[in-house]
Amino acid sequence: MNNLKLIWKNAARKKLRLFLTVFSIFTAFLIYGVLGGFQSSLDEGIDIASGANRLVTVHKVSFIQPLPYSYVNKVRSMDGVADVTYAVWFGGYYQNPQQILAVFAVDPESYLRLYSELVIPEDARKTFFSDRRALLVGKKMADRFGWEKGQQVPIQSNIWTNQEGSQTWEFTVAGIFEANDPKIDTSYLLFPYEYLNEGRQFGQDSVGWLVVGTESPDINTQVADAIDLEFANASTQTKTDTEKAFNQAFIEQFGDIGLIVASVTGAAFFTILLIAGNTMMLAIRERTSEIAVLKTLGFGNGKIFTQVILESVLVTLLGAVPAMALAGLFLKGASAAMAGILPAMFINTGMLVKSAGIMLLLALVTGIIPAWKAMNINVVTALGRR
Amino acid sequence: MTEKTLIELDHVTKRYTRGRDTIEIFDELTMGIEEGAFLAIMGPSGSGKTTLLNILGGIDSPTSGSVTVGGQRIDNMSEGALSKWRAANVGFIFQFYNLMPMLTAAQNVELPLLLTDLGRSRRAEHVKTALNVVGIADRAKHKPSELSGGQQQRVAIARAIVSDPKLMLADEPTGDLDRTTAVEILEMLQLLNKEFGKTIIMVTHDPEAARFASRTLHLDKGHFVQEAAE
Repeated sequence: MNNLKLIWKNAARKKLRLFLTVFSIFTAFLIYGVLGGFQSSLDEGIDIASGANRLVTVHKVSFIQPLPYSYVNKVRSMDGVADVTYAVWFGGYYQNPQQILAVFAVDPESYLRLYSELVIPEDARKTFFSDRRALLVGKKMADRFGWEKGQQVPIQSNIWTNQEGSQTWEFTVAGIFEANDPKIDTSYLLFPYEYLNEGRQFGQDSVGWLVVGTESPDINTQVADAIDLEFANASTQTKTDTEKAFNQAFIEQFGDIGLIVASVTGAAFFTILLIAGNTMMLAIRERTSEIAVLKTLGFGNGKIFTQVILESVLVTLLGAVPAMALAGLFLKGASAAMAGILPAMFINTGMLVKSAGIMLLLALVTGIIPAWKAMNINVVTALGRR
Repeated sequence: MTEKTLIELDHVTKRYTRGRDTIEIFDELTMGIEEGAFLAIMGPSGSGKTTLLNILGGIDSPTSGSVTVGGQRIDNMSEGALSKWRAANVGFIFQFYNLMPMLTAAQNVELPLLLTDLGRSRRAEHVKTALNVVGIADRAKHKPSELSGGQQQRVAIARAIVSDPKLMLADEPTGDLDRTTAVEILEMLQLLNKEFGKTIIMVTHDPEAARFASRTLHLDKGHFVQEAAE
């Protein structure tokens, strides 16, 4: 036996109580791991995917309203603008409406100039520039559907009907693209704007949004203001923001995810604090005479205090570590199932460090009062030795 | 041969305050106990027997006066120093054994050794020896709930001797046992006293138990009133 085993024996003496406490902690950390991982993945995805000098210009009323194609060249000629590209949301799905895909019709050359983080084989790039039906497939999507270069892929649109009156659009996979940072999401598809613009039955010569590359991130605000000012009196007014702010706002249309996550996990942890704290207090109260015996045998106050704190740490880790591992697996599975709808979700290093901090804090907060009480048990009183 | 004094109490006073009342347990108690003695302390309830044992074992402190054990004054030691001192010098035996219910007999005996620098194998050797001395090695892997009262007390005695202390303090060690088992336990204490040289101070209500000691002191209202010797 050693001190650690003694601590374990103490923690495990009431198996059902240990199980229930550990399960409560497990549940709280599972909630935290899944929701926190989801949020941090979104935040990190936004950070990584957002170019420092990229702005996004959308319709002032709503980003689902189109902008005139003519705005592309107007913006391109403005001071501080290094490059402009544009994109249209295709509203695609594959085989059935539940299998939603992120598909964008883009201007091939300017898009790839501005999104230089995308790594594309040279032959795929050439095909993308020359073949209107070329489909550039993100690595994750290729992995998901097993698509290969040269494969014919029919994709349905829930927005755009083609000249044949069909919502099914035929594409040929031009190649698979990756990103220079593995954390950058590649669960989407790109095809040339011209194919959509010429083929669709309505909305010709309109684009969904502009992506504006500025000459320097330092002038982002001025350029954004200048763009919106340029179209302030036009029939279609614009709203320009940094790509990061745009992505953030896009995510927040579903709700203040940060607040939701903080509220839910906060409530879970607060409950756990009460449950685990109360359980520890109860456990120590039940062991008053045993602690007194240990003190009689020569276990000093520091040792008693440390043992109770370590017991609290042990119980917390027993629940929290498997919960975080399961949350990681869950996020991985959810990412695979929802590729194209949500960015890749995972528990990143920051989240792991944060969760380790919460584990430690929870263990200390729930353990410190029982430890203090245990340390201050009066042997004479506890053993009724008077 | 001159007997060496192991314990010296010099004008020890002990008072408790309960509410507005001050209860005096001892007043200026002075006594000496020789090394190797087997001393029984008898007396009515509330006479201060257990308090005296607590003071000798360093788990209670006198209100005034000095307590010296093995040449070391323990009445003015810090709590941390007293813990270390107890671990090294005193073995306790309680009336209700006070074993840890979730530990086996061997693990219970090993507890005091966790405070030493001994490695695992050395600790195991000491535990085995202690269990052999008290004749309960065959129950080493049993938990207290699987042992009889006498067996539990043997385990408690093994725990008290495992770190080889000079002084053993026993508080009603046979108070919860039947006569036959009580005699076995008392004979064992006698053996530890005679063969292993342990100084044993035993508090008891039972005159039969006190007969196993080499000397008996009667405590009443904080004073020794009469001494009986075998």
